[in-house]
Order: sequence, then C-alpha cells, then structure tokens
Amino acid sequence: MSVAKPLPHDAAKLHVTGQARYVDDIPSPRGTLHLAFGLSAIAKGRITAMDLSEVNSSEGVVAVLTAEDLPFENDVSPSIYDEPLLSDGTVNHLGQPIFLVVAQSHRAARVAARKGKIDYAEEEALLTLDQALAADSRFEDGPRIYQKGDAATAITAAPHQIEGTFELGGQEHFYLEGQAAMAQPQDDGAMLVNSSTQHPTEIQHKVADAIGLPMHAVRVETRRMGGGFGGKESQGNALAVSCAVAARLTGKTCKMRYDRDDDMVITGKRHAFRISYRAGYDAEGRLAGVEFLHLVNCGWAQDLSLPVADRAMLHSDNAYAIPAIRIESHRLKTNLQSATAYRGFGGPQGMVGIERVMDHIAFERGIDPVELRRRNYYAAPGNVTGDNTTPYGMEVSDFELHELTDQLLESSDYAARKAEIAEWNKTSSDLKRGIAFSPVKFGISFTLTHLNQAGALVHVYQDGSVHLNHGGTEMGQGLFQKVAQVAASRFGIAMEKVKITATDTAKVPNTSATAASSGSDLNGMAVKAACDTIRDRMATFLAERHQTTADAVAFEGNRVRIGADEISFDEAAKQCYEGRISLSATGFYKTPSLQWDRIKGEGRPFFYFAYGASITEVAIDRRTGENRILRTDILHDAGASLNPDLDKGQVEGGYVQGAGWLTTEELVWDGKGALRTHAPSTYKIPACSDRPDTFNVALYDGQNREDTIYRSKAVGEPPFMLGISAWLALSDAVAQFGPGYPALDAPATSEEVWRRVRRQRNEL
Amino acid sequence: MSKKMHIKLKVNGKDEEFFAEPRELLIYTLRERLNITGPHIGCETSHCGACTVTINGKSVKSCTMFAAQADGAEVTTIEGIGGPDNLHPLQEAFKEHHGLQCGYCTPGMITRASNLLEENPNPTEEEIRFGMAGNICRCTGYQNIVKSIQAAATEMNAAKEAAE
Repeated sequence: MSVAKPLPHDAAKLHVTGQARYVDDIPSPRGTLHLAFGLSAIAKGRITAMDLSEVNSSEGVVAVLTAEDLPFENDVSPSIYDEPLLSDGTVNHLGQPIFLVVAQSHRAARVAARKGKIDYAEEEALLTLDQALAADSRFEDGPRIYQKGDAATAITAAPHQIEGTFELGGQEHFYLEGQAAMAQPQDDGAMLVNSSTQHPTEIQHKVADAIGLPMHAVRVETRRMGGGFGGKESQGNALAVSCAVAARLTGKTCKMRYDRDDDMVITGKRHAFRISYRAGYDAEGRLAGVEFLHLVNCGWAQDLSLPVADRAMLHSDNAYAIPAIRIESHRLKTNLQSATAYRGFGGPQGMVGIERVMDHIAFERGIDPVELRRRNYYAAPGNVTGDNTTPYGMEVSDFELHELTDQLLESSDYAARKAEIAEWNKTSSDLKRGIAFSPVKFGISFTLTHLNQAGALVHVYQDGSVHLNHGGTEMGQGLFQKVAQVAASRFGIAMEKVKITATDTAKVPNTSATAASSGSDLNGMAVKAACDTIRDRMATFLAERHQTTADAVAFEGNRVRIGADEISFDEAAKQCYEGRISLSATGFYKTPSLQWDRIKGEGRPFFYFAYGASITEVAIDRRTGENRILRTDILHDAGASLNPDLDKGQVEGGYVQGAGWLTTEELVWDGKGALRTHAPSTYKIPACSDRPDTFNVALYDGQNREDTIYRSKAVGEPPFMLGISAWLALSDAVAQFGPGYPALDAPATSEEVWRRVRRQRNEL
Repeated sequence: MSKKMHIKLKVNGKDEEFFAEPRELLIYTLRERLNITGPHIGCETSHCGACTVTINGKSVKSCTMFAAQADGAEVTTIEGIGGPDNLHPLQEAFKEHHGLQCGYCTPGMITRASNLLEENPNPTEEEIRFGMAGNICRCTGYQNIVKSIQAAATEMNAAKEAAE
C-alpha cells in the first residue's frame, strides 16, 4: 500500500531541477501580449477626469481599456458582485485598478500604466476600525451574535473577573509566486485560461461572465501554484478576467502577472481584528462565562469576509468547554484592500482571543498556564459527564487534547525547563526568557455546507497505466501526491503507474476551492470512489472469466489475484479492455452529517476537529526588544496520516507562518491609506535564520474517529495556529521585567516588545 | 530606445552572445531571451532569492543585476547544477528530505546552497541557517531545507573522501 508512506512530493524532481512549470514558465506563442493595471492614487473618492493619451502613446502599447470598454460583466467578486474589475468611477482603496494596459512586453505595460493622468474628487477615507464604527460602515445590517447561556450574568456572578482589549494585525500572504494568469483564444470564441488559482471553477465562472459566454466555453487549467495560503482563492479573478477580455479583443494570447509591489498593494490580506474580552472564573481558574467583541476590518469589498468572520466566532472557544459565552462580531467596511481568505480563514483570530483570555487568567491567578487550560478543556470521549458542546451547539466527540498534551509536556520536558528558565531569569537583567503552551482545536469543513463536495476522473489505460484527475489544486501542500497514493493503493499498483495531471475544469466540473484544509479529505474520497468503480468492474469481469466470484479478486503488489490464478495488473487491464469493460469512471463525494445555520449560529458546521499543541521558548532583550525563538516542540494530530513526511512539512511551515503573523509581520498604512509595507524590504517574513534553534515536530499517533479517507485528518490550516505559543512566550518573557500583565498587541514586533518592557519597568 | 550593447555570457557552460539594452536585467535575459526558466521572479527587489544564480563563484540575485554587468561572466543556474537524470547531491537531498513544498523558491535555494557549500563544505547548522537567510521560503518553515543541506554536505564530503 502506498498510503501512509512518507514519499516525496510528486513533482520533487521537477522542482529541484527547475523544470516544474508555473504560469509564467509556460511557453507562450509568439506575439503574446502582456497586461498591467493603472492604479488609483487615493483611497476614496470619485474620478472626475481621466487623460490616458500618454498611456496610449507609450512605446509598445496595443490597447488601453477602462470600465466602459468592457464588453460584459465588470466584476471579479467571489460573493456579491461588489468588486468591479476596473473602477466604475468611484475609488474605494488606494491601489484599486482603474484602467488596463495591453502591451507587447511586461515592461512596456508597466511603464505605460504609470502614465495615466487622473483627477479625483477626494473624499475622506475610512481607514481604521474606529472610523468605520463611527460611520456605521459595515457589511450585513448589524453585528452577528452567537451565544450560549447568559454570559453577562455568569461573568458577574463569578468570584473573579478580567477584561481587556488588544489589536490583532492582518497578514500578507507572500506566496513566492505572485498572482499570474494567461488566456489563449480558441475556436468559436472559447477561451483556455492558465491561472495560478486555488479555485479554477470560479475563474471559469468569472471569465465566462466577462466574455459573455456560458461556462462551457471556458476551460481553466491549473497545474500548480507557487504558494497560495488562501491568497489565490479569489484574488486571481482580476488577472484571469483581464487576460480573457484582452485576448477576446486582440485575438492574441494575453498574460498578466503582478509585480510584487502591485501584488501587495492590490490584493487582499488576512483580516485585522480588535478583540475585547470579559471573563468570569473561579479560584481554580475555571471559566464561568466569556464575552467577546470582534471588530473586523474587512476592507472595501465583501469578498469572503462573512464566512471568515463567522469562523473566527466558531473558534472563540478553541479547546475549552465554556458554560456561557457571547460573541459579537462587527464586519466593518473600510477603504483598505479587501481582506480575504488566509490560512485558518478567521479561525486563528478567534483562537488568539480565547488564548489571550486563558493567558491573562493564568497570570492573574498565578496558576501554571498549562494546568489552567487543562482544567477548562472539553472532556475526552468516554469521559463526558456534563455539557460538552461548543458555543454553537455541536457535541465535541473526538477531543484528543488530554492525551496529546500529556505526551507533549513529557517529550518537551516542560516542567523542568520552566523551572530552569525561572532560575536563569533571576540572574539575567537585560535578557529574559519566556515559555508558553498553546493548544489547537480546529473545525474541518467549509461552513458553507454545499461546498463540501468533490469530483474525480480516473482512467485505466489498456497498458495498465492510470491517469488521475480531481478538482483539488496543488499549491505545495502535496495534495496530488497524497491523492495519487490513494489511487495506487486502491489498485494495488506502484506509484509510478499513476499519472497526476493538471486540475482542469473540462475534466472535473463544479469544483470547490482548494481551501478550508479540505483538499485531501474531499478529493481523496472522490478519487477512491472512482477507482473502486473501475476496480469493481474489473473484478466482476475477471471473476467470471476465471470462474470464481468477485470477492475472490484482490489487487496487490502490481498483481491481480483471481481465485487461484494470478496475473499482472497490466495484463488485467488488457483483458478487461478486450472484454469491452469500461475502464474510465468519475467519482463523487459529499461530506456527511453537516447541518449549519449561520444566522442563528447553531448546528454542526464541522465533520470533525483537528488537534495539536505547541510549546515555544523565547528570549528577549529589554534594550532593543529584539527576540529569538530558542526552541519549539509540537505534537500534531493528522489522524492516520496519508503521508507523514508531507504532513509534518505542513506542521512546520504552518507554525513558522503563524509565528510570523504574531511576531514580525506588520502591515503599516499611512494616514492616506497607502500601504507602506509593500515589499519584503519593509514587510518581515520569517527567514531561515529566524527559525527556532531547536525545532521538534512529531505527529500524534491516532486515527480520525470519523470515516475519512483512510482515517486521516486535514492538515493544511490547523498547524498555523500552533504559532500562538510564540506570541504567548514573548508575553511571558516581557512579564519578567515588572509587575502587571503585559497585554501585548499582535504582531509583537521588536518595537512592541520594547514598548511593553518599558511599561513593565515603569519607564514610560 | 537606448543603444544596444554587445554582451557575452557563458551560461551553464554554453557560450551566449547577444545585443541588449543596457537596462536589461539578467533574470529577463535568462528567462525570456535564453528560455532558462528555473530561476524565478519573486520580488524583483533582491530580497526573496527566488532568482538566485551563481556568477563567477558568487551567489547573485539576478533580478537586480543588469545583463551588461555580467558581460564576460560565467553564470550557473539550477539547470546547470543538475538535470532530472543526473541530480546533484543537493538536488537529491532536497527531494528526499522534503526540502520543498510549492517549489517556487527551490531553484534559487539550491543554487544558493551549492555556493554556500563551496564557501564552507562543513557548515554547522547555525552557519546554514544564517548562510541561507537571503532566500525566503514561505512554505516549509526551513526545517527540511536545513536538513537537506546538511545531508547533501555529508554526502558530498563522503564522496570527496572516497575519491581521495
């Protein structure tokens, strides 16, 4: 069986030799045209005059398009048609595309795009949460509220209370490959689009609307992305639509890729939150009630902000059974880039909220933060005595964290190290160390229930080779390899016999985005269904031919055993073909048991939960705020992993990206709404030298209690939230410099750490 | 249009000769003129390292060097380090130790690593971490990248010893 083997990424050999093709590497026909946007220079207002004559006359320019030149729909929104491809005369954020340049080279297009002369009637932009709240600028009519019990009464009645407010910044995806697309005109107006997208079906849909044709006239192909992280769920629409419109107009292949600065200025990022909390608890730190207020900066268009903000609410309990809770979420509309999907999809923000509460209570009560958390954990299966439901009424029936926490505390030597750090801190005046633990319980499934479906197409050729296609996209997570391992296992053949091909809307239609960590769960099951259909047909035919029954046919080791006889899989395929057996099948899967009302906040939005926990140790320097992660220990639950090495890679990368979000990655806009951190020179992504000095990562030995593909668990997003312990460890280190709870904002950059240390030391 | 310059390069052992504007960046020369697409464009400001190549024995971010500046130089890209049928030990190690996920940074990462091992054939873990700090990877958390380079160094040193 290939399943559960730690095989390398399917395209590893291509990657290490530079042969793996991304959109910009695909050979394009002679005469291919290149596109660039002219961008707004203000954050809010109206365009009063536009002089594009210098753009038109710029060297190499073929055409310049404004909203009026678009033949059909002027929209690239993934939700409510509120996001024009090119400005309709209003400007909603600084960097909004206003006109489109089509030119003979990438450089010619970019040079020309800077030559537009645009006059604006500028209006006052809403940039901050306070401004948006004051102006009641929001999506939906009012706040969304999920609650369980009477939190206010429970908090007041509890022996102790805490409250606080903190800022939680957004995050730039910084996929290494920027957004890119290419469109090639086909027969009869049809369009072939290569797109670096997590959502080929949506690209197909938006392109079809933009060129006035049914979806059947548009074929979208995605072989791979150079990273996605949610940033290519909807943000690739503008490029693909632009290419298709320009290709339709010129009859030529058109290609567009954002320069990095444009990419950061145009595209959406993780939602920034301000979270206020109030909690009541007893002397042992057991929660009686919690209230959260989420102020969510959604930017200018709705995009995916509602489900993102919902998911933040759905993770406000994280691992804790909270008797009474109320979460109020305001989705505020501002004149910034339209915030979008980003790994965790709001879950991380919600989880940081409750982890902050636990940290704050542990500090106030002087209880070990791990012990405090364990006292509040949901009950383990078989150990449930009272209410074990989430704030949205879902029974937690697979809680793995008691055992997982025990194992991690032991393997990381937590207790002894904590004591040693306390001793060390006594003798060190400028440097202090801190250590912190944080658990993860992350809900798996799209909260928009109908998205939980997937399709696959499998062919067995007469020589015994297998062609595999499914609706998921590959962005580095190893989905293709994991799914191919499933296919090879179903047919009992070697991996080399399975060919994985590009995601293609003409092969598998109506796909969901590869998002919500669902890729392997959904597509693995769909591929299994397709393989089993073919295998059953083969077994029935071969059994009859060998005068036995289908249940006596087994596929294993590149061989097929048929009763007492045995032939190679290749021979079996040949015989089936000659016996006129169909060797092609589609497969389909939809996640069972889901039922969710997002308005009431009730039901079962998730099929199951994925778990994990991390312990991070840091050191900080009071003089500069400079800090380092010294050691990280992680134990993560991937169920019965389809590929342990690929899954561990997700855990390591997720942790570092999560820690980056909460420590070094700071987005800064000036008072006019210009993003000042629009390149890696000013936006600090973790580098190799920022990696923890010691980094111990292991997978929890377990199985999914639900019937998923080979009992595995989704692993794309959950590890991202393991990074929360890095932020909490910095807080622990800052606390060593004086009395009082440090109350860090996020990201806890060096500047933030320095400021908070000064406050601890009464120097401010 | 500025006057074109006559430029000669040796790229992956092959002589190349062409006329280009003085402002032509080396990454465009490689990708568009020579169809060598292993080096990728990531940030165009020399911070991410996806475009890293080796020029006369030194690691260079080819997105911020003019082709004219490289005139007469020997340029090695990932394609010159090894192909699918003759993987360099670093390439083999990145493949086997999962030193990649999306793969976009990988050509630059391996090209930089090959130069690092030229400079220092026996690097400590810390020397690797700091020696690779100019190449960003957004996927892996670097754990397996460091592991891959360590494994390749061991392999290459063993092969060298065996040859001596």
